[in-house]
Amino acid sequence: MIQTYTITAFSENHIGLLNRITIIFTRRHVNIESLTVSESAIPGIHKFTIVVKETKEKVEKVVRQIEKLVEVLKAFYHPDEEVIHQEIALYKVPTEALLESTTLETTIRKHNARILEVTNEYTVIEKTGHKEETQELFEQLSKYGVKQFTRSGRIAITKLSQELFSNFLQAIDEEQSNN
Amino acid sequence: MTPDTIIKTTTKTITGSEALLESLIQENTEIIFGYPGGAIMPVYDSLMNHTDKIRHLLTRHEQGAVHAAQGYARVTGKTGVCMATSGPGATNLITGLADAMMDSTPIVAITGQVISPLLGTDAFQETDVIGISMPVTKWNFLITKAEDIPSVIAKAFYIARTGRPGPVLIDIAKDAQFGKLDFEYKKCSYIRGYLPWPKVNEKAVKQAADLINKAEKPYILFGQGVTLAGAEEEFKQFIEKSGIPAAWTILGVSALPTGHPQNMGMLGMHGNYATNIMTNECDVLIAIGMRFDDRVTGNLDKYARQAKIIHMEIDPAEIYKNIKPDIAVTGNVKKTLPLLTRHVQERKFDGWIAEFKELDKKEHYEVISQDLYPKKPGLTMGEVIRLMNEKTKGEAIIVTDVGQHQMFASRYIKLNHPRSFVTSGGLGTMGFGVPTAMGAQVGKPDRQVIAIVGDGGLQMTIQELGTIKQSEIPVKILLLNNNYLGMVRQWQEMFFDKRYSQTYLMNPDFIKVAEGFGIKGRKVLERPELKEAIEEMLDYKGSYLLDVSIEKEDNVFPMVPAGAGVSEIILGKENK
Repeated sequence: MIQTYTITAFSENHIGLLNRITIIFTRRHVNIESLTVSESAIPGIHKFTIVVKETKEKVEKVVRQIEKLVEVLKAFYHPDEEVIHQEIALYKVPTEALLESTTLETTIRKHNARILEVTNEYTVIEKTGHKEETQELFEQLSKYGVKQFTRSGRIAITKLSQELFSNFLQAIDEEQSNN
Repeated sequence: MTPDTIIKTTTKTITGSEALLESLIQENTEIIFGYPGGAIMPVYDSLMNHTDKIRHLLTRHEQGAVHAAQGYARVTGKTGVCMATSGPGATNLITGLADAMMDSTPIVAITGQVISPLLGTDAFQETDVIGISMPVTKWNFLITKAEDIPSVIAKAFYIARTGRPGPVLIDIAKDAQFGKLDFEYKKCSYIRGYLPWPKVNEKAVKQAADLINKAEKPYILFGQGVTLAGAEEEFKQFIEKSGIPAAWTILGVSALPTGHPQNMGMLGMHGNYATNIMTNECDVLIAIGMRFDDRVTGNLDKYARQAKIIHMEIDPAEIYKNIKPDIAVTGNVKKTLPLLTRHVQERKFDGWIAEFKELDKKEHYEVISQDLYPKKPGLTMGEVIRLMNEKTKGEAIIVTDVGQHQMFASRYIKLNHPRSFVTSGGLGTMGFGVPTAMGAQVGKPDRQVIAIVGDGGLQMTIQELGTIKQSEIPVKILLLNNNYLGMVRQWQEMFFDKRYSQTYLMNPDFIKVAEGFGIKGRKVLERPELKEAIEEMLDYKGSYLLDVSIEKEDNVFPMVPAGAGVSEIILGKENK
């Protein structure tokens, strides 16, 4: 069954690693829905968050290939129900259109959005949420004429009480001392 | 854990290229197969200062260099080293790297790169070698600073040889080769996050043993993993105690002597009849150091559905890549096999083995006897290999190219020793035979090394005859010449209505070509002179090319047609 999975890979911060990871998907003809790379909570360790729509079987195989990369420390995958995930979206709309509107306040309140900047010319609104939510606000704002719209990739944390990756780091340290 | 070797020379400042050679020497590199060019010239210059410790073998093409390094690595178990310049030099290595990646061969490839300020400017002979080689290497790295050379080379060797081995490419910018550093060498023994040998799960071993102990028709499939782990002895103890019949993938061939009573033969598309059929008859399938390649399994939906499957494998990414095992025993088979042997009961499976023998009779009658003792006038590849076996008595190292001759060689070869059969299994690289045999001969100078090649593949790397002559490599080349790209022609005959599209070859006079390179050659056209000609070749002191004219339209059987299940194997030689 095809569903959305969030793949998380923890890695060294080395040149070319993004390429190494993405070619694993390309070669297997798996499309990446979104990809976010940033430093993790542990200094020096980077975190890739990759969203794919695939079967569990295929995702498992891809994750094992990612984990096989020398610089990747550990990779996990989770279906949507196992993670809390969020995206951020920014919308640039003409200030004039907003001033003329009578429903703007309600729209912003209803969507839990906020205004980041207002100039004579434009206003920038920010909204965080799932893709459907940021998309819905986009459609609402369309009537004011959205000049620019941008959405980030997904970031996610697991619902598990234990931190998977720190357990793993501990385990490899032990493995090393047993070697 | 091995103690770290630390060589420190802070008293003098050396260049990056000197540091590279010192590093290679620290990694016990005795030979580099390579080809010089602009961006690697500082290293070639430094090479002249180290000729007492490190040899260089000049090939005629970079593909020859990487294949030679593969041949060296596969017969010795050491890491093969090859070297090329930037751009075209480096791209010519790619086929060999892809081959080494597929067949898990430890290689360190060193390439020169343009000076670092020119990176990304489309400079002369600049290619994104890191980008190109990424999918076909276990790891690669671009060095732009001289001081990184020792640590990166240490890491390269560690990654290439540990766990499931593979090729590593190190691209070194020319300014890093010229740059100065204080040399310090520390062998690499750990990389965070890289676990070459997954932890052995003793519970899984115990479960596997329980399954085996209850089995009535257990069956072992083994691959190159046994050889790569150096676990031939542990493997033999396991099969002898358990009494289970065993069959090999093409790369597993020399892990067990051909004559061993439990050696049932070869698996896969052109493997033996019984070994394929029994895959779908056994109740427990024990896969050891193999990866269920499609040429072994045929149609996965019709593969061993009735059997419980145990997969013993070093690479966790291979577990359930193709076949979902009931029990996965990850880890080095050198460690897991003795554990398994301890837990399995000592048994005999005479009745079960007799079932194999019964099917063998059928294959022998319909295929093997005609291959080995043909009644028709045309020479067969099978009879050439039989006569060669009679002379070598299983003592030689055999290297093959790719095609029909490769299948005949692997089916009929007799081997007594491990690491004695080198072939391009996963990638199927034509042109592999001659350069790989050179490297194998250099790695094992005291063994007889024979390259068995076809007329198609030979012409892909025939220029290496020049290397063989210049470096006086006494390798023997047995050319099974049918004037066709035989395997493709066979498929055209069987599946494309005999439409022989672009498979006929008008060949040169190979003997004259060999003579032109200064290599002795002889052509055999008729059966009566064959035996004596093979003997002459194998007794000859130097390199030798024997060109044997083979029946033009002979086919390799049995065969599991593409897309068919292993039990749909056809014998195909009836009424011939």
